[in-house]
Formats: sequence, C-alpha cells, structure tokens
Amino acid sequence: MALRKPVRWHIAVFLAPAVLVYTAIMIVPLFGTLNLALFNRVDGARQFVGLANFATLFGDERWSGAFWNALGNNAWFFLVHMLVQNPVGVALAALLSSPRLRMAAFYRTAIFIPTILSFVIVGFVWKLILSPIWGIAPGMLDMIGLKSLFAPWLGREETALTTLALISVWQFVGIPMMLIYAALLSIPDEVMEAAEMDGITGWSRFRRIQLPLILPSIGIISILTFVGNFNAFDLIYVSQGALAGPNFATDILGTFLYRTFFGFQLQLGDPHMGATIATAMFAIILVGVCVYLFGIQTRLRRYQF
Amino acid sequence: MAARTTLSRSIAAHAVLLTYTVIALFPVFVIVINSFKSRRAIFADPLALPSPSNFDAIGYATVLKQGDFILYFQNSMIVTVASLFFVLLFGAMAAFALSEYRFRGNLVMGLYLALGIMIPIRLGTVAILEIMVAGGLVNTLTALILVYTAQGLPLAVFILSEFMRSVSDDLKNAGRIDGLSEYRIFFSLVLPLVRPAMATVAVFTMIPIWNDLWFPLILAPAEATKTITLGSQVFIGQFVTNWNAVLAALSLAILPVLVLYLIFSRQLIRGITAGAVK
Repeated sequence: MALRKPVRWHIAVFLAPAVLVYTAIMIVPLFGTLNLALFNRVDGARQFVGLANFATLFGDERWSGAFWNALGNNAWFFLVHMLVQNPVGVALAALLSSPRLRMAAFYRTAIFIPTILSFVIVGFVWKLILSPIWGIAPGMLDMIGLKSLFAPWLGREETALTTLALISVWQFVGIPMMLIYAALLSIPDEVMEAAEMDGITGWSRFRRIQLPLILPSIGIISILTFVGNFNAFDLIYVSQGALAGPNFATDILGTFLYRTFFGFQLQLGDPHMGATIATAMFAIILVGVCVYLFGIQTRLRRYQF
Repeated sequence: MAARTTLSRSIAAHAVLLTYTVIALFPVFVIVINSFKSRRAIFADPLALPSPSNFDAIGYATVLKQGDFILYFQNSMIVTVASLFFVLLFGAMAAFALSEYRFRGNLVMGLYLALGIMIPIRLGTVAILEIMVAGGLVNTLTALILVYTAQGLPLAVFILSEFMRSVSDDLKNAGRIDGLSEYRIFFSLVLPLVRPAMATVAVFTMIPIWNDLWFPLILAPAEATKTITLGSQVFIGQFVTNWNAVLAALSLAILPVLVLYLIFSRQLIRGITAGAVK
C-alpha cells in the first residue's frame, strides 16, 4: 500500500481567514436573509409562512404598487445608464486611445475624478447646481439664451428620476471609459497598422476593427452596470431622502428596501418584508448575471493574440 | 493633405475631451471656489473666483469648531486602513493557496470565493444586522471592519490569484530546496513580487469603503463611530441654511479622497490595463 500523503495543513491555514470571514459575514447572512423572507411575526412570535410574504409583495395592493413602481423606476435608471453612460464611456475611451494623443493621462485622470467622490458630495453638489434658488444652472442657460428650458428638474415627478440617472451617469462614466480604454490598448499595434495600410482609418477603423475586439469588455461593463444599478441606493437617499420624492417618483428597489426594513415616519420597520424585498432583488440580480454568463459571454468570440 | 486631416482630427479629439473634462470637474470647482467666499458673494455671483474683496473662511471655521470632523475623519481612517490590511493579507493568503497548490476542491473554493464579486453584500443586511446585534458589535468600528473585509475579499482573491500564477515556479522551488517553509515562501518570496497587484487591489477596495453610506448608517450611526461620509451627510442636513459651512464641509470631504486618487492614479490605470491584457 502506498504511503498516504501527509496532510498539508498550510493550505488550510492560508485559506482559513478569508473563507471564515467571507462565509460568516457575507454568505451566511445572504442565506439568512433569504430564510427570513419565509417567516413572519405573528402575535410577537416568529412563524413560518412559506411564500406568503411574496404573495403579499406582488399581490397586496399596499405593497405591489410600491414594488412595481420601484422596479419600473429601477429599469428606467438602468436603461438611461446603458443608453448614455456606456456609449459616452466608449466614445471617450476611443478618443483617448487614438495614437499620439497628447495629455491623455491628464484627461483620463480628470474624467475619472467624479467616480471617486462619495454620493453625499455628488448628490448635494448637483442639488445646489440645479437649485432654482442658487441659480447656477438657470444662470448658465441664460448665458446661451436657453433660460426658458430651465425647470426645477429634481422637484418634478416627470423629470426627477431621469435627472438623477444622468447625475449618476456623470459620476460613473469613468468606469466604462477606463475598462474600454484598457481593452483598446491591449489590441496589438500590428493589427492597427495593418488596418491603416489597408486604408481603414477613423470611424470605420473603430467600427470594423476595434469594436468587435472590445465586445467582451462591453459585455462586462453591461453586467457591472446592471448589478450596480439594481443595487443602487445612496444617490437617491442623499438627494431625495428615504421617501424618494417627489411622490415616490424616484423610488428604486434600494430605497424601498431601506424604508421597509427600517421604517420611516409613521410606518414601523418590518424585517420580514425587508428580507422579502432583498430576496426579490437577489433573484433579479442572479437572473441578470446568469443571462449574461450563459447567454452572452459564452457566445462572444474571443481573439487571442 | 494627409497631415492636415490628422491635425484637424487631433484638434477635434482634444476639443471633445477638454469639453468633457470641464463637465467632469465643473461641480467640484464650483463647490471649492464658493467655500472660500462670503455669504453675500456666494449668492450674488456663484461663478466668480475668490478674491480679496469677497474672501471669507468663516465656513471652515464653523466646520472645524462644530462638526466633530476630526473624529469622523479618524473613524474613517481606522475603518479603511484596518479593512484594507485584512483584505490584502487574507486575500493574498487565500490567493496563494488557490494558485500554488493542487488540492481537492480547489476549483470549487475559487468559484465560491468569486461568487461575492457579482452578488452585493448589501442584500444580506437584514441578517448582518442580526449577527452584529447578537455579537454586541452594533455601533463599533469592528462591525464595519468585518463587513468591509468580507466585501473586499472576493475581488482581492480573484485579482491576486491571477497575478500569483505568473510568479515563477523556479524561485519558489529554489526556496523549498533551501528548506524554507511554505509560510516563509509566501511572506518573503511571493508577497514582495506581487506588490504592484496589491496596490491595484488596495485602490479598488479603498474607494468604496471610504465612500460607503449604507453600512455606517445601519451598523454604526452613533456619534462616536460616525464615518466622514455619514458625518458630512448629517452635517449637511443640520446646517443646510449655513451655506458657508456646508460648502466648506463638502470641500473638506472631497480633499482626502482626491489626494489619495492623485497619488494612486498611475497604479490604478496600470492595474486595469494589466488585467485587460489577460
């Protein structure tokens, strides 16, 4: 019989701290939350109710209206990012990576700066700028003769959510820009030179050579945007408060979860319904990630240089 | 002819990039210039630069006197540095185990740890709060450090194990022949070699921790444990009519993260670029 290999304790020692902290603070609470959604408090005692909380969330008028409103707003929030943030990010990256461009490092650093600022700063800064009282935005529109366009955008139900989404786009455009920039830099010079030899330059070079090569990165950016947006909370909370005004026009799943869990004004917090909403968010994010992993990422063609 | 189109194209690229740079920096600029102006000047001409005629630092005086900013700043520092230390140490150790040794369950363990990159830790908040209440950790900085360590580990393990695979085996085997223990090989041979990757992970981990509002709001809202992000949010709420103070508080809150970013920006870009080549 062959000798048994000695137990390699060092592997366990190396892995243990990370696995323990990660499991205890992240994985266990995640399943704890999912589990909590199956219970409710009846006469002061915790009681198993199965999927009844979900039936309440989707079916009970008091809950479902708010839930679908938040989900719809979240979807719009995500759509604005996909339609504005990512194309602008790709365009900026394409310009930055153009050969022999001077001051690229300066532009890159400056455009990324909003991303490092906290939501507290970003939310308040834009509230000030768009405020009709302080009047920087109306003053500037006046300078170019468009003052009539100004409205208290953050205070109106029709425009508040889109305005906040655009503020968030302003803050995070640096992330797609950086990732696409890195992807563009990793295209070998020979490929670009060969294209130039064939007379493919400018826009057609981007569309026919670079774009197909950066598609995997665009896929990653899309899924990052998706996860980030469906997990968003801070910007709405700091600029519109927990009530996500005006009249819940900017309520998204994150603020809905916060209000339900902790309560606000006259409503008491409800950990079980909070957990139910968190579970719904978990499911949405999981579905998004799976669609991306199995539907999109595996079909993208990867080029090996 | 060809030279001219190249030139005009480059001018156009600069024009677009410069315009966007102005859009990106304008709000920060407005806050900082107005924080040094008198109340009257802030309202009369918000876009004017501070000058001797309208200069006033009363906002900074108010903030430093009333805001407990020093304490908040200190709390943020402790939480960020401690979390960063544990993320880097534990993350590097786990990454080393996963990239260096073949053992049963290696792949599964790697996938298990990577799960956290996609699933936000926030969704577990309800149960995290219960754990912290049970452990008596509510309103302590320890609670925040634990949460941020768990939050940072998945990405750290993922990035660092990519880098550790590229460390040459000859070096490690030479160490083994010289009789170094596996721990010595990790700490004195491998860790120094992956230092650039550690710096990249540090930047990616640090920014969200420093800026986080959710967990301080829920786990540590007490006066003694407020972080600077939570502190400035509360401060803005209380002093919303004192514009000098609010603008000064915002400028002070921007400063530390801006300095850190400018120091590390080269490293950040190198890290992203290196990751993309893979």
